[in-house]
Amino acid sequence: MNEILDPLALARWQFGLTTIYHFLFVPITIGMVTVTAVFQTAWYRTGHVKYLQLTKFFGQIFLINFAMGVVTGIVQEFQFGMNWSDYSRFVGDVFGAPLALEGLLAFFFEATFIGLWIFGWDKLPRKIHLLTIWATAFGSIISAYFIIAANSFMQNPVAYEMNEEKGRAELVNIWELLTNPVALAAFPHTIFASFMVAAGLVITVAAWHLARNQHLETMRPALKLGLWTMIGAGLLTTLTGDQLSLAMVATQPMKMAAAEATYQTVCGAQASFSIFTLGTPDGTSELFSIRVPYLLSLLSTHTFDGCVEGINDLQAQYTEAFGPGDYAPIIWITYWAFRWMIGLGMLHVFVAIVGLWLTRGGRLPKNKWVWKAAIWSFPLSLAAMIVGWIFAEMGRQPWLVFSLLKTEDGVSPGVTGLEVLISIVAFTLIYGILAVVEFKLIKKVAQKGPADAPEPHPETGLIEPSTTVY
Amino acid sequence: MDLSILWFWIVAGLFIGYFILDGFDFGVGMTLPFLGKDDLDRRVLINTIGPVWDLNETWVIVAGACLFAAFPEWYATLFSGFYLALLLILLALIARGVSFEYRHQRPESRWKKWFDGMIIVGSVVPALLWGVAFANIVQGVAIDANFNYTGTLFDLLNPYALLGGLTTLMLFFTHGAIFVSLKTDGDIRERARKLATKAGVVTIVIAASFLVWTAFIAEFKLAYLVLAALAAVALIGAWLFNLRGSEGVSFTLMAVTIALAVLSLFTALFPNVMPSTTDVANSLTIDNASSSEYTLTVMSWTALIFLPLILLYQGWTYWVFRKRVSRRTIEAATGVAAPAA
Ligand code: HDD
Ligand code: HEM
Ligand code: HEM
Repeated sequence: MNEILDPLALARWQFGLTTIYHFLFVPITIGMVTVTAVFQTAWYRTGHVKYLQLTKFFGQIFLINFAMGVVTGIVQEFQFGMNWSDYSRFVGDVFGAPLALEGLLAFFFEATFIGLWIFGWDKLPRKIHLLTIWATAFGSIISAYFIIAANSFMQNPVAYEMNEEKGRAELVNIWELLTNPVALAAFPHTIFASFMVAAGLVITVAAWHLARNQHLETMRPALKLGLWTMIGAGLLTTLTGDQLSLAMVATQPMKMAAAEATYQTVCGAQASFSIFTLGTPDGTSELFSIRVPYLLSLLSTHTFDGCVEGINDLQAQYTEAFGPGDYAPIIWITYWAFRWMIGLGMLHVFVAIVGLWLTRGGRLPKNKWVWKAAIWSFPLSLAAMIVGWIFAEMGRQPWLVFSLLKTEDGVSPGVTGLEVLISIVAFTLIYGILAVVEFKLIKKVAQKGPADAPEPHPETGLIEPSTTVY
Repeated sequence: MDLSILWFWIVAGLFIGYFILDGFDFGVGMTLPFLGKDDLDRRVLINTIGPVWDLNETWVIVAGACLFAAFPEWYATLFSGFYLALLLILLALIARGVSFEYRHQRPESRWKKWFDGMIIVGSVVPALLWGVAFANIVQGVAIDANFNYTGTLFDLLNPYALLGGLTTLMLFFTHGAIFVSLKTDGDIRERARKLATKAGVVTIVIAASFLVWTAFIAEFKLAYLVLAALAAVALIGAWLFNLRGSEGVSFTLMAVTIALAVLSLFTALFPNVMPSTTDVANSLTIDNASSSEYTLTVMSWTALIFLPLILLYQGWTYWVFRKRVSRRTIEAATGVAAPAA
């Protein structure tokens, strides 16, 4: 019974589940608000009504998703206090600042301008209305920056001093906190990955219609935008991911060792990257593997003869520094999460390149399989995103704040296992139901396709976009 | 002035903003069963807050984040202590938030009924529980030497706190009804005004008893008494102007009432932030719960620069959407004529 109601284990499940759930919507929001803004700009510039149709169409999908991002975000904001009160006490002085900055600079901005965009079609001049969607996009990206800066403190604590009397970390330099090298790499990486997810969504929707030979007028340009965005964002995600690897090796070498499941320190050609391994789940013995020599050395140090520290050596170092304990995360999770993130992401860049080739010069391939593959773009690029975060967060274990606070020391001492269990059940229920509702709504809207082009105004000859009401 | 004291009042200000703004959103949600005779009426009601509910709700997110940054101990004790109550608030806010967006996505009346229900419950629960939470903070709760709350959910549901909950519930209800009469046109505007008159009487009685009870808890602190008395006057003023049909003045006075009432509670609390009933030495105070001087300085500069900007662009939004909403506006936008009511 006590095993089941262990507050620590439950709190971790709760945090993991609700955060992952929040993060299903966040990258879609970040990416789709930008896609919508791009279409609206195209309409503003060219006056072609197809771009207005696309703005409204993808805008509606974005809004259905946005509502979920907002309501699940509120939970995130309060969760630190609810489940991780000792953690909040320990880092509040440092960690609270970026969260408060996020609220003051980003959330207010985003929440205000989204309202103006949704309901302002007939109330604002065209140019101002266009600016409101860009303001929303800007707000969502700023918000991502601050939350990643907060998270980066947990990966690589900087800009703090320990206050022994109060037993907490205290902020000493806000700029240093906001320019944490991990944040500077993780932020663009996450944003570009979000653009991949949005590109995936656009490709999926466009491919679904084009495969049925319908809505050609609007879905052709949509597909093109999706494919090019996927390739561009994919390359940028890779480049920034490379920077992030360097930052990670410098700050959390254990995570890279765990990502590669290397127990012994290896150098040069031996620092090979295994693409696939068969062995015992914990990676201690290897039956079969496909390896690329030097790649791990390249990834970690950008040289051919670099060395990568192994788990055993790091474990010995950490035991000496922090006392006895197990300092390695769960190896099979980090190992596979790292590979799935990269693999799924790269796969979609490849799919996009093939797609561009097949649709060159306005061709529409007849082969059903091509379209079927394209339709998987969205779910799989979202999956890449999620496993990336699972890698980053699980790879940090057993630390909550790396080298300062263990996860087990951060949990709320006053909250019982039963209370956490009640909240897990409640969140799972409501999130589960809403997931089904949201998915069905988006599917319905997406399958219906863009609305017919509105008729020009009888007197002015201009297109007057319809307004929105709830 | 000591920055931690400044932040105590900024936090108060953020909650005042939240209760005034999301207060009428909750109120509008609660009036659905009273004023929403048919689907078109309900759409009118929901559209009065359509463009602004999200930014109003953001006030609590920012209040929470600022609490975290300025008073980590308070944030930690409050949210871990009031765990289940907060969970209920969160669930309600989730249900309410998605409903605004999803309700109009499909035409079936069964679909809409579901979301109407979620809007109503999602408005009642937070309106009630925020009052319960604040009353408990003022009254004090069981807190041990490590600043952890040691009571249960049921300890929070004591008579004084429940009266506090009823007070916010009724204040927001009346506030919402007055807002509807300010923002709509036609028959519904008149019905909203009448509803506010009736609800206002109940509100005055409940709020007055709560403020009097609080006077005992605040040990008749002078500043509290002045603010509470002013809040009572503003509330009665709001009721009278509503009776006369001066919607704008009435709504403004309701906002003033809420501001003064929250301010009076924070005054009663000062310089504690969460008094302990177990042992006075365990009380969380402005002093022992706050962040370091440096963090507060950073936060103060940010607030100084951004709060005026925020008020500016939010004010502009309200200006853009100043037009009244009526059945005709909804019909025109949806292209559906209403069935004869
Ligand atoms: C579509 C999604 C996607 C794709 C294709 C990639 N990533 Fe990624 N990656 C993420 C989505 C992501 C993420 C979910 O956004 C993470 C989680 C934490 C973060 O900052 O970004 C992440 C984290 C993350 C981390 C962990 C950082 C840390 O924990 O400190 C590393 C080292 C990389 N990535 C490296 C790469 C490399 C070398 C890639 C390609 C060659 C790559 N990622 C492709
Ligand atoms: C940037 C903001 C984030 C912060 C501040 C943050 C913080 C935390 C905290 C406090 C925990 C609890 C400790 C633990 O259980 O290990 C945690 C765990 C976790 N987080 Fe994050 N997180 C963030 C982003 C994310 C995102 C975006 C995801 C995924 C989409 C994520 C996935 C997880 C998972 C899966 C765990 C559970 C790890 C475990 O239990 O071993 N986190 N994170
Ligand atoms: C675990 C820490 C997190 C917290 C405390 C948090 C908090 C919140 C809150 C309160 C909202 C609602 C804002 C509103 O009302 O408009 C929100 C939405 C949002 N969050 Fe998070 N969040 C977390 C993780 C993340 C991460 C990791 C990112 C980005 C990389 C992110 C980016 C966003 C964005 C862009 C929105 C806008 C609305 C939407 O997503 O649909 N959040 N978040």
